[in-house]
Amino acid sequence: MTAYPTTWRRPPQILTHRGWRYAIQLGVLVYLILAIGTVEVNWARVSVGMERGLRFVQGFLQPDFISRWTDISRGLVESLTMTLTSTVVGVALSVPIGIGAARNFAPAWVYYICRSIIAVSRALQEVIIAIFFVAMFGFGPFAGFLTLSFATIGFIGKLLAEDIEDIDEAQAEAIRSTGGSWMQVLNYGIQPQVMPRLIGLSLYRLDINFRESAVIGIVGAGGIGATLNTAMDRYEYDSAGAILLIIIGCVMVAEYGSSYLRKFLQ
Amino acid sequence: MTETAFPARWEHRSRGARLALWFGWLGLVALFVWCWQVMTETTIWTFVADAPRQAADIGDRMFPPRLSYLPELLVPLWDTLNMATLGTLLGVILAVPTAFLAARNTTPSALLLRPVALFVIVASRSINSLIWALLLVAILGPGILAGIVAIGLRSVGFIGKLLYEAIEETDVRQIEAVRATGASPSQVLDYGIVPQILPAFWGITVFRWDINIRESAILGLVGAGGLGLKLNASLNVLAWPQVTMILLVILATVVLSEWVSARVRAAVI
Repeated sequence: MTAYPTTWRRPPQILTHRGWRYAIQLGVLVYLILAIGTVEVNWARVSVGMERGLRFVQGFLQPDFISRWTDISRGLVESLTMTLTSTVVGVALSVPIGIGAARNFAPAWVYYICRSIIAVSRALQEVIIAIFFVAMFGFGPFAGFLTLSFATIGFIGKLLAEDIEDIDEAQAEAIRSTGGSWMQVLNYGIQPQVMPRLIGLSLYRLDINFRESAVIGIVGAGGIGATLNTAMDRYEYDSAGAILLIIIGCVMVAEYGSSYLRKFLQ
Repeated sequence: MTETAFPARWEHRSRGARLALWFGWLGLVALFVWCWQVMTETTIWTFVADAPRQAADIGDRMFPPRLSYLPELLVPLWDTLNMATLGTLLGVILAVPTAFLAARNTTPSALLLRPVALFVIVASRSINSLIWALLLVAILGPGILAGIVAIGLRSVGFIGKLLYEAIEETDVRQIEAVRATGASPSQVLDYGIVPQILPAFWGITVFRWDINIRESAILGLVGAGGLGLKLNASLNVLAWPQVTMILLVILATVVLSEWVSARVRAAVI
């Protein structure tokens, strides 16, 4: 007769081998000790900073929209126009690149060229691209526009290419069998299948581009980020609070607006 | 028998739809042109015309990368990795309770705590980690602590949002089964909910860690330590070969972390 166990232990979910579990736990512990050891904290500086942090919280609770309004509105207009133009140009450029990067629809050499453009655009962070474009094109929103357009190519191009690779081949085949040319297959067989998602992705990218436009200003590419950076440099925390509230508000409007529109369109 | 008049030619869209579409495109183009004009008001076109020459010049100076700079980058690289990892850890610690408060099926009060938790998630998500770092460097002083906190605060929203969606998607029957054995609420949480969301949790965490590696590489631009600090220093003295070297290190780190993250997610999910 087998003795039933009187206690039950929950079986491990992810790592089933006991040795691996211990090894990983030990490794994590060693890493944490090493990592936390290298964090140098200057407590004197932190305590000085706390007073500043308090002033920042005050500035956030009582934001000052008025005294720097011309700067803020200029930054905001730059950000918004930059967002729209870069999304339009970026999407317009990423459509041919996305089509070229679809394995089922482009010849191999085009496929590799388009895929490498997408890979480069995705590997580099917006801020790093912005640094280069500012160095080349000078300060201001034009550099920001180029940065965001370039980043849009990687995002939309990749997702569009994957979408084209996932289409229902039968519909493209049907157009092809009526004697449709390459252009006609694209226009009547593929475009209707990917269009709803392309519009959805473009709206999503519009939302992302606004968020990014608030950041690349820090390295000189114009927009509301530049205004925020200036406000922080001048220790004007009430203006900075106002700018942050504007950014949060715009991002929330963009996010809910774009998700509403996407639901409406699909 | 009524005769339906078939059109002689097949048309993709009706007349009204075509007209609406055409006006939609017109509106978009008009908006684009107007935005373009507002945006380029202050652009100095001579700089833009000069850009190819500048690009060639920078490209010329960037090559070849200064390999001898690599040993100096090892400590900042370690800082960057720590910033991303400890920041993710901080983010997870803050995000898990927030997610449980925000999920419709686990929140203790849907009227009061759920909106607060949702607001925390939205606010954290709408501010980029570079902006968090800008604020925190002013408060905590330059250094990797500010970077860790910035990464952590940004991660709360991301992890919180995905995790609370995972909690809301849990299978009710399993929770019901645990509850039917007479389990207390904390036991239901431990045996009914946690096992269901654990794979998603690890997936989300590793995914965010991967994103955080990318972001922590540039946080130094505003003074939060790591590779970005070296990048900023090199850019300020126009040491382009060093910039190339730093970018190569960042690129290698990013590719490696993406590979690790993809492997772990494939294993877990």
